[in-house]
Amino acid sequence: MIATTDPTTSHLIAPGTREIQFREALREAMSQEMRRDPRIFLMGEEVAQYNGAYKISQGMLDEFGPKRIIDAPISENGFAGLAVGAAMYGLRPIIEFMSWSFSLVAADQILNNVPKMLYMSGGQWGCPVVFRGNNGAGGQLGSTHSWTVEAMYANVPGLKIAIPSCAADAKGLLTTAIRDSDPVFNLESERMLSDKGPVPEGDYAIPFGVAALRRGTWSGERNSDCTLVSFGRPVNFCIEAADELAKDGIVCDVLDMRTVRPLDIGSIIDSVKRTNRIVVVDQCWPFASIATEVITQVCEKGFDYLDHQPLRVNTEDVPTPYAKNLEAEYLPHKGKIMAAVRKSLGR
Amino acid sequence: MPKRIVYSTQIEYIQCLDEQGKLDEKLVPQGDPSRLSDEQAVFLYGKMIEYRHLDEVAFKLQRSGRMYTYPQNKGQEAAALGAGAALRVGVDYLVPCYRENAALFLHGLDPKYILLHWAGDERGNAIPQRDKHGEQGVNCTPIAIPIGTQMLHATGMAWAYKLRKEDKVVATFFGDGATSEGDFHEAMNFATVFNVPCVFICQNNHWAISVPRDQQMNSETVAQKGIAYGAHCVQVDGNDLFGMYKVVLEARERARNGGGVTLIEAITYRLADHTTADDARRYRSEAEVESWRGKDPVIRLRKYLEGQGLWNDAKQKETLDKAEAWTKKIVDEVLNYPAPHRNEMFDHLFADIPEEQRRQRDTWATHSLGQFPAQIQLGK
Repeated sequence: MIATTDPTTSHLIAPGTREIQFREALREAMSQEMRRDPRIFLMGEEVAQYNGAYKISQGMLDEFGPKRIIDAPISENGFAGLAVGAAMYGLRPIIEFMSWSFSLVAADQILNNVPKMLYMSGGQWGCPVVFRGNNGAGGQLGSTHSWTVEAMYANVPGLKIAIPSCAADAKGLLTTAIRDSDPVFNLESERMLSDKGPVPEGDYAIPFGVAALRRGTWSGERNSDCTLVSFGRPVNFCIEAADELAKDGIVCDVLDMRTVRPLDIGSIIDSVKRTNRIVVVDQCWPFASIATEVITQVCEKGFDYLDHQPLRVNTEDVPTPYAKNLEAEYLPHKGKIMAAVRKSLGR
Repeated sequence: MPKRIVYSTQIEYIQCLDEQGKLDEKLVPQGDPSRLSDEQAVFLYGKMIEYRHLDEVAFKLQRSGRMYTYPQNKGQEAAALGAGAALRVGVDYLVPCYRENAALFLHGLDPKYILLHWAGDERGNAIPQRDKHGEQGVNCTPIAIPIGTQMLHATGMAWAYKLRKEDKVVATFFGDGATSEGDFHEAMNFATVFNVPCVFICQNNHWAISVPRDQQMNSETVAQKGIAYGAHCVQVDGNDLFGMYKVVLEARERARNGGGVTLIEAITYRLADHTTADDARRYRSEAEVESWRGKDPVIRLRKYLEGQGLWNDAKQKETLDKAEAWTKKIVDEVLNYPAPHRNEMFDHLFADIPEEQRRQRDTWATHSLGQFPAQIQLGK
């Protein structure tokens, strides 16, 4: 059991909270932390003069100056490695990958150095770097620019991986990531950058490893019918599906994992104990995905509670298609999720 | 003018102490700050003898099955020691690959760390840092086994110094083979664009394992690769202690004064195999190796010191005896190092051990079946 906070309350935000965009929430997390801690800097392609390729860092150069908001040459392995060195010497770098797709050329630094630096130096050199950027299909960007890296990178021990599904979490998880003494990968979605939602104004940090219950009744009069587990953008599709299914009297617990490393398996098992059914929705390819891991752990820890085989909804097992209709069909969506829930319930 | 030369340059080659042990008094006149004093030269010669002895013993440990693998440093001691001597102990920072043992030892690293590392023990990299351990600490990072990654770390560290306005210089070491890696080019680019206090020291020993220099690169020199990045570039006889000291000292001062990044190509040769895992006789001719034996940094420095009346057979014997005793003590400690407890494999994965890793450590039930310590007889 990992959860130390109740997932049913960990997502609650005070009524009347002002609404801002997902990208503004990310910016607010970075700016607030940078005001607090002079060791933090932001580096990446286009982050300074151009205010960010996706305007996430808009205005930050003006506020923090060129020593802390730094345009890097197109050299992902270069600035990833530079961040390692800077972190080893006490700075707290935030590295923006314009897309996580581009992190692949930095794999030696981010997978072979970052998560192992503390371990291989017997605790002498920590590597508190936040790597962040767009992850997942961004809307007809083609397969080389549409990577979802969480399944591949989560396989590596020594990393923490946060993946917000809404504006509030964008701020809360990134704040925690920046304060963390270990390396954190923050996976954002280009498709959600303009989404608005209520976000607390002041200090707002969400603990890692605590899921949020977005739909469902944890301890209501009757148990939910099915557990839906997801993270990042597809959480929103799960909510759509759950709302649609509710019209037919089917109640789903929608658990938003928020971080896949650490994974709040405790809350998943708690939900499965009540529903006896689980569908995992994951924007990675199916083979060796996060869904695979969740289902494995459910079988290890909660097999006796299952009344139906665990199901998963991943992307199709092909490179992300370029054509609009194909990309839409390739991704997990409401229709697929509803079909999976109905299958698990036999109705 | 429709056609003109827009850029041209030259690369200097520096040699102060030649193969016969003759010192070029014009290049390093008496009293010049870039000239090693006789006292320093005697001291460093003694270290050279010690470190080579340790190196030979380490090789024998591997051959007798007591060390996992080992890359000998033999033949490259002057490059490492000259650089080490030119950098300020406890102030400047060394970011090595794995053929700079002498520089690390000179800066205070207990050789047990290096031997432990090559004996296959993670704790060999747990080098105490000066920031945390004061005088007991050493300003060097662990030896870097992936080729080239450390150059970017060095650049990042130097950049951190610059941002913090600290009077420190980072020196990073790598081989000729590493200059084919993207990391080298990305590090040179960042270092020069950000003008960080970093000195890049390439130990060109002519062989990337079995691939000779002319099959690794089409450029005449390694040094010229830095020109494209706007670095100061110099080639030096890496087997010449005086020459190494001079160019590294000048590069250090340039870096400290914001004068720019220097790429130093130290021409040297490994007199042994790449590591204990290969046999250099299969790819290098005996004639080539023999010609480099004549350029051995130890021989020429001894010739010089003897010529100055600073060294003799008695001193040589005394130093060797000391080296043997010193080495024996280190080797004894390393060979008797207690094996790590199995739970130590979970240490230092994160700054604070997360609940999931704690559970794995305490139960050894990482996967479905789990491994219960009593069941699999894992010892203590």
